[in-house]
Amino acid sequence: MIRIEPREAPGRALRLGVPVLSALVALALAAIPLALAGAPVGRAYAEMARGVFGSLFAISEMLTRATPLIFTGLAAALAFRARLWNIGAEGQLYLGAMAAVAVGAGAIDAPAIVLVPLIVLLGAAAGAAGMVLPTMLKTRFGADEVVTTLLLNFIILIFVQMMLEGPLKDPMGLGWPQSPPILDQGMLPQLLPRMRVHSGLILALVLAGIAQFMLARSVWGFRLRAVGENAAAARLAGIGVGRTMLGVAALSGALAGLAGVGEVAGLKGYLTADLSPGFGYTGIVVAMLAGLSPVGVVVSALFIASVFVGADSMSRAMGVSSYLADLVVSMSLLCVLIGGFFARFRLRLGRNTGPGGARHG
Amino acid sequence: MGEILQILLADSFWAASLRIATPLIFGVLGALLCEKSGVLNLGIEGIFVAGAMAGWMAAWLGLGLWGGVLVAAVAGALFGLIHAILTVPLGLSQHVSGLGVTLFATSASYFAYRTALPDVASPPRIEPFRPLDIPLLSDLPFLGPVLFQQTALTWLALAMVALVWYVLERTPLGVAIKAVGDNPDSVDAQGLSVHGLRIGAVVAGSALMALGGAFLTMSAFDAFFFGMVNGRGWICIALVIFASWRPGKALVGALLFGAFDALQVRLQTEAGALVPGQVFLMAPYVLSILALVIAARRAEYPRALLKPWFKGQR
Amino acid sequence: MTEDDTVLRLDGLTRRFGPVLACDAVDLELHRGEVLALLGENGAGKTTLMNMLFGHYLPDAGHVEVAGPDGVLRPLPPGHPQAALAAGIGMVHQHFTLAENLDALDNILLGAEPLRALRRHSARAREKVRAIMARSGLAAPLDVPVGRLSVGERQRVEILKALYRDARILVLDEPTAVLTPQEADALFDNIRAMTRDGLSVIFISHKLREVLAFSDRIAVLRHGRKVGEIATAEADERIIARMMVGADTPAASRKALDPGDPVLELDGISVTGRSARDSLDDLSLTLRAREIVGIAGVSGNGQTALAQVISGLVRPGAGQIRVQGRPLARIEPLAMIRAGIGRIPEDRHRDGIVGAMSVAENMVIERLEAPDVARRGLLQKAAIRAHAERLARDYDVRGPGVEVPARLLSGGNIQKLILARVFEQEPAVILANQPTRGLDMGAATEVARRLLEARARGAGVLLISEDLDEILSLADRVFVIHDGQLHEAVRRDREAIGLMMAGEVA
Repeated sequence: MIRIEPREAPGRALRLGVPVLSALVALALAAIPLALAGAPVGRAYAEMARGVFGSLFAISEMLTRATPLIFTGLAAALAFRARLWNIGAEGQLYLGAMAAVAVGAGAIDAPAIVLVPLIVLLGAAAGAAGMVLPTMLKTRFGADEVVTTLLLNFIILIFVQMMLEGPLKDPMGLGWPQSPPILDQGMLPQLLPRMRVHSGLILALVLAGIAQFMLARSVWGFRLRAVGENAAAARLAGIGVGRTMLGVAALSGALAGLAGVGEVAGLKGYLTADLSPGFGYTGIVVAMLAGLSPVGVVVSALFIASVFVGADSMSRAMGVSSYLADLVVSMSLLCVLIGGFFARFRLRLGRNTGPGGARHG
Repeated sequence: MGEILQILLADSFWAASLRIATPLIFGVLGALLCEKSGVLNLGIEGIFVAGAMAGWMAAWLGLGLWGGVLVAAVAGALFGLIHAILTVPLGLSQHVSGLGVTLFATSASYFAYRTALPDVASPPRIEPFRPLDIPLLSDLPFLGPVLFQQTALTWLALAMVALVWYVLERTPLGVAIKAVGDNPDSVDAQGLSVHGLRIGAVVAGSALMALGGAFLTMSAFDAFFFGMVNGRGWICIALVIFASWRPGKALVGALLFGAFDALQVRLQTEAGALVPGQVFLMAPYVLSILALVIAARRAEYPRALLKPWFKGQR
Repeated sequence: MTEDDTVLRLDGLTRRFGPVLACDAVDLELHRGEVLALLGENGAGKTTLMNMLFGHYLPDAGHVEVAGPDGVLRPLPPGHPQAALAAGIGMVHQHFTLAENLDALDNILLGAEPLRALRRHSARAREKVRAIMARSGLAAPLDVPVGRLSVGERQRVEILKALYRDARILVLDEPTAVLTPQEADALFDNIRAMTRDGLSVIFISHKLREVLAFSDRIAVLRHGRKVGEIATAEADERIIARMMVGADTPAASRKALDPGDPVLELDGISVTGRSARDSLDDLSLTLRAREIVGIAGVSGNGQTALAQVISGLVRPGAGQIRVQGRPLARIEPLAMIRAGIGRIPEDRHRDGIVGAMSVAENMVIERLEAPDVARRGLLQKAAIRAHAERLARDYDVRGPGVEVPARLLSGGNIQKLILARVFEQEPAVILANQPTRGLDMGAATEVARRLLEARARGAGVLLISEDLDEILSLADRVFVIHDGQLHEAVRRDREAIGLMMAGEVA
């Protein structure tokens, strides 16, 4: 008979080892679909590695891909720490992107020193608004934010399409539903010549560091953790649960909005309705793989970005569907969940033991 | 105003409503079964995709339409089993596990589709379910066209409403499922298996969800497209709350929803010049959020929903 | 007694939880038609023992034998509630195991009907339940969702569940904890009637009085060991109390003090909750400095609502609250803390601590604004740690340190953590809601001592408790809460207070 026993406190090695191991297991599991697709498995992995680390350009591509994932990963991590289920980062990303082109594509002509911060701030504000609304529906009416944020993703995407065929349509776009480009002085500076990696990455890294510090060391972080771990006790202790939630919501939405700002003002230059291949949803995987730690988000975003970039390049070289990347990403989420279980509990075989942690009296 | 009335009185409108409602009926019933046992199944969106893809693929490979339906149900059950194992015996976060299953089922379906059909631009078509043209009954005024020209899957959905209702209200198994979703200790103390009941409910519910997906590719359309599920699963999660976890109300909710959706399509053609079409496309999602906001206050969630249960830890 | 009428034998049952030996080679025998009281403090191992008997826990060693209908003892396979049920053992848990969304009949039949059946209960099943109700005197409405039944009715449904399964041995875990004294008496009358039909009963309790009044034999557990067994006829309160704690019980000494000015005044407070349980009806109360006011009552009569109002969690629909003479403008937790109300919550695990956060963090959670806790929005880690170490010393909070998650502390130490956090602020008012529930006698005595100490310092203490003995020993004035209304008990006598708890104004 198998019995489940909780471990007292998982050690540091376990906390760090589990996500790494989960990621590797998920990567290894990719061999199954690869084999089913009839590809030579060894060569496929080699192609993937080359696609990520084979050149400076490849590394730049990986970092470019990681940038929005750090933002959406942070958005999910902070919200989940407060037990606020923000599944709407995808929509908030588009809100941020939309705000960026609304202000940056010629509406205001200002020097870079003014325009860039303006674009960044407005994009963050738009994303924040996109999460504050469902959070208010939750605190005011008790409407489950999981469902509302999920549904808002669809609403916002349709809204983007509407804007792209209406007020935000590029008159020079030859009829394509895309926005006019952001002014040159509104673009985030590139980091390397002739490479796509942009300074949004620096912003993401800085914000991850700040988030890490604030969570552990600030009163704000204390409140967030208390509300997330035990809202009832936090409330009794005089912590404003609703206010903390709204604050976290705004921050989480803002981070997701910044992902959108980075994609339009750092990379593409204009907005289309296919700007994000699901960065918002992938951010949840990034956050979970990171154990909801902001600095961990950076590491796991780099991993997930490598999977995507590597799979893309492998796909081009070998004709295996690039949906393999999504498959690996989803499997790493399931693996890290299972791994987290083994970090918190141990299984015991044999009948001489039993469940622990129970009341005894 | 007159135009709306005209639309509402047309039998074709109600036939369309029922058609649109069909996948939602499957989905809401499936979600209801899971949640009644205490497990939120956010895998629903991905299970819809898997059902749509697996059912269609099986039919396309020559297993026949009903073979496809069966394959879809099995695919849904398997993905449901993953969610069940993660959330029931392992007691992991139902939110995260559900989203994980959605991502996994979706990407697995897309990968399988692309691997089977690497180079096609437009997907191959199958011969979908035909409307069951029942002689005499189909000729009834109003009811005939609304009811008796639906496909077999719509009838199956309606039968499932009755079946789920019967199981939950009239059988010991249903009583046990409701009990395990309210207080698992009640079930355990009487010698029944908490985990067995929950896993069973989640697997069965997931099979139902997959049928909703199969309806899309095998009845509403005749092929599989990326993004065709388009949030229908999430809408079902909202509708379950709106339906207070009752099969009968779930049917009403799905039908109301179908009616609104059918109405917006018709209004779109009437008023398309005045309002951008996207306003109408948004309507179902906005409507779901509204339904949720209205229902949330008086919602009585199954008491043990989201709460894992471990033996001996009472 | 002859060997023949033994219906149950526990042989050397042992169970360990981590380092704690919850049950240490316990032997026990139960005879046909007998009422055996299993007595012991909280944490003595009573519930663990019964959970092994019923198959909820696997014993580390030892085994159980149960007599079949033929009277022959056979070993019971461990770890299977189903096997225990089949062998005729029925268990009524302290926390009811009822599905509240189902009616009583469905709860009774749950698991008794095969899951494959296509139909639910037959008329015959209903007949059988009715017959059992008639025979035992246990009456409960069968067709109303259990969530709407009273606590006493729910308990009867629990017993009916066991009897429906033809239980020959019934285990009752703290059956009177939630009943008025009168309801408890009625329950024991019913049990008597059933034992005359051949039922054997084990009832678990820590209340000496009822054990002496209603059992045939008493077995006492201490620290997981059976320390004594005695026929009830030969026992008295002193003997078994000594068996229970190993020494004479130290009574908390309560010196008479002159109460001072009012520190907390509730004036016409009304709360309309979801149900009668969380409602208050025009409730007024004055608590003065240097006094302990005890609120007795059966749980679910508004205690929770009263505590929530004073904690600032619920804004009353009507009425006024004054703290130290000043009316409160806002009723919310932070305002209450600032006004000088210290709160010891009823459910310390759920409301008292954030289990995942450190002991040190839990000790400052109520005063994040204080300059020694945070400056310019940043936590003063070193100061918080030093503060926690000092409090842990002063209040004897034992555990693996102040930086570990608070959930790793034992129940008694969690309560001491909360006491330290509250008492350190020297609040003018202390709300202590069930402060000793679930604690062992040592920790409970410590809580009582601290409450008396606060009273001596000049605080007013509002003590809400379901344990009448605790209230009688600590409170200067006693009130009874029933149906959201408060009545002062003029006479401090059990009988009169019991009647008031049942809603009859004495």
